[in-house]
Amino acid sequence: MDFVNAIILLLNYIFIPALTYGSQLALGAIFVTLIYGILRFANFATGDMMSFGTMMTILFTWYFQSLGVSLGILPTALLAIPFGVIFMIFYMLLIDKFVFQYYRNQKSPPVQFAMVSIGVMFVTQAVVRIIIGPGDRRFFDGEKFIIKAREFKEMTGLNEGLALKSTQVITIFVTIVLVSLLFWFLNRTKTGKSMKAYSDNEDLALLSGIDPKKIVLVTWVIAGILATIGGALYGLDKSFKPFTYFNNMLPIFAAAIVGGIGNPFGAFLGGYVIAFSEILLTYAYKKFFMYILPESMEPSSLVQLLSTDYKFAVSFSILVIVLIYRPSGIFKGKVL
Amino acid sequence: MVGIFQSWNIALSIFNLCLISAVMTMGANIQWGYAGLINFGIMGYTALGGLAAVLISVDPVQEAWRAGGFDILMSLWLIVVMVLVIRFVLKRFEKSKIRTYSIAAIIISGILLIRFSAEPGIEAIEAVDPAKTGFLGGFGLPIIFSWIVGALFAGGLAFIVGKVALGLRADYLAIATLLISEIVIAIIKHEDWLTRGVKNVIGLKRPAPYEVDLQTTDWFIKLVEKFNSGKLSVIENLADRQAALNQLVIEGSSVFVKLCYSGLFLVVVIILLILTQKALYSPWGRMMRAIRDNEEAANAMGKNVVKQHLLIFILGSAIVGIAGAMLVTQDGLFTPGSYRPMRYTFLIWVMVIVGGSGNNFGAILGGFVVWFLWIEAAPISLFLINFFTAGIPETNALKSHLIESVPYFRFLLMGLGLLFIMRYRPKGILPEKIEIK
Repeated sequence: MDFVNAIILLLNYIFIPALTYGSQLALGAIFVTLIYGILRFANFATGDMMSFGTMMTILFTWYFQSLGVSLGILPTALLAIPFGVIFMIFYMLLIDKFVFQYYRNQKSPPVQFAMVSIGVMFVTQAVVRIIIGPGDRRFFDGEKFIIKAREFKEMTGLNEGLALKSTQVITIFVTIVLVSLLFWFLNRTKTGKSMKAYSDNEDLALLSGIDPKKIVLVTWVIAGILATIGGALYGLDKSFKPFTYFNNMLPIFAAAIVGGIGNPFGAFLGGYVIAFSEILLTYAYKKFFMYILPESMEPSSLVQLLSTDYKFAVSFSILVIVLIYRPSGIFKGKVL
Repeated sequence: MVGIFQSWNIALSIFNLCLISAVMTMGANIQWGYAGLINFGIMGYTALGGLAAVLISVDPVQEAWRAGGFDILMSLWLIVVMVLVIRFVLKRFEKSKIRTYSIAAIIISGILLIRFSAEPGIEAIEAVDPAKTGFLGGFGLPIIFSWIVGALFAGGLAFIVGKVALGLRADYLAIATLLISEIVIAIIKHEDWLTRGVKNVIGLKRPAPYEVDLQTTDWFIKLVEKFNSGKLSVIENLADRQAALNQLVIEGSSVFVKLCYSGLFLVVVIILLILTQKALYSPWGRMMRAIRDNEEAANAMGKNVVKQHLLIFILGSAIVGIAGAMLVTQDGLFTPGSYRPMRYTFLIWVMVIVGGSGNNFGAILGGFVVWFLWIEAAPISLFLINFFTAGIPETNALKSHLIESVPYFRFLLMGLGLLFIMRYRPKGILPEKIEIK
């Protein structure tokens, strides 16, 4: 029985939260990687673009709530996401037209693109804060838990409860659907294949008659979908605050690079690598060992490898180590 | 201008921060403008400079040293031993998988060992009067020394970072330095025994006199009287005159203190300007430009590109470290929680780009212009909003919402400014001058 308790404990505090957080990171990381692979620059506005998409989703959620429309036990935000996506794509295309297109035609070096994206970051941050303010906002409604900790205890008779939030299930489910659709698109359709070709070798792709304008357009559309859904899921699960989103850019970058930048599948897995290592290294295992070990060997300390304050530092250290020993990432992306 | 519109006090504090920003910008400019190295870790070096200011100027906390000093020193020894062992392994054995794994094992076991040996010491130190101290304190030296020590700290970090990350391509270097600076901030925030963490260190020593002391000093009162003799002589009543004088002395003292800081900072800026100008036009500066513009060619000419990159990375970061120490000196307090990448990394980069990369005067100009706009953006945009919405009644929802969000217009201004400069004047306001003879 103790063994089952220990497993449930790990499931509840490590596995499910890490899977959720990892899914949110993975969506962002694929966004970064696509922009990097096809438009060829590191987008420092990633976090803020995600917060813009989330903001639009929140605005539509409020609008629907004021109309009295809801999805019953599901959060209203799910209904608002498609509208948020449309606005996000519109905003991205606008920025691309007025900002990035010029540098693309000039064939500027990636560093210049990165600098420009910092300008975009400032502007987006201002837009988000002016429209919705810098405060912390929760926009979740509907049923909060699928399984409550207490119900689970009563049901199974175990000491440890297993709480399953509906946002966690929604996040994981949506991520799986979205990512499988994305990979189907990239690997099976003609447009997807031409995107891959363009990312691989631009000149050859142009020679074989691929229209670069269409590629760029499709990339931004996919990026808009990923950014909005990733951001909205994070906001549903935790809460929406522009500054947090800006900070989330860093683990997202870490995930994209760890997975091998330019490689969407690597970025997908990279998100989980980062999330699991962050949570595994900062979890206090005292209770776990109390269940597993005989009473005489019970640990006196918390058995925590690193304090939770270093959560971010963990993912950055992983990134630094990967950069030194395997700069192309775990799953062979573009060689740096 | 602000001096006339708002007050001399505000004008001077903006001016001081402009000077500090100028120093930071010069540091970043050396790396980016001279050598084309992108460093998004400015925040980390600034914070290290600030840490130096704390460690140098605060009086040592004797009790804390007695409680846990021994454990901390032991851990330091362990770190030194660990580094030596790793160096030994690196030198002695051929490169192989076993060597890599054994080094990893040494590092991990070393970290665990240090954690266990330092834990009681750290807890003991943090338990010493936690509301006031709870950390080891510093050396109790004058705070000016910290400007040099801050440079050393930042240079030391830059050496490690440079060794690790300089081989990376430009945009990866940017990301790596950004993340490393976040790690530095995380450590400063959470190692309470060293820095008091988010509990902040306040009341640091000053290189300038205190306002309260000035207000009771004779020569200062006489000075204020002399400056304002015209204004004072108008007032007939003696008691009124004394009251007015007192008011002026209080105002004057804070202006005087700020002027002292301005003087000190100006000296630093001028020294750095002379040094960097000399460096720029020396054979060394030409070599750096050659490396920046064509690495392969410079390499073929027998220049050690890797070594020079590392050197300039250290130099630039050290200058940023000085600025960090100056910042803490002027504020008189160290607040690790306030180090945010937006303010300390990206804003500095806006200064570099706007001012003109590769030009030291451009860097200073960028520091001044951008900092001034950053501070004054809110009043300016408030004025503009009021101007354009003058016809709309005060109760209008849109107008009140806009007025509430005035502080965020500075981000908009910075972003648009950066985008326009990048587009229409990619070399900055004062572009780099290259003499062709």
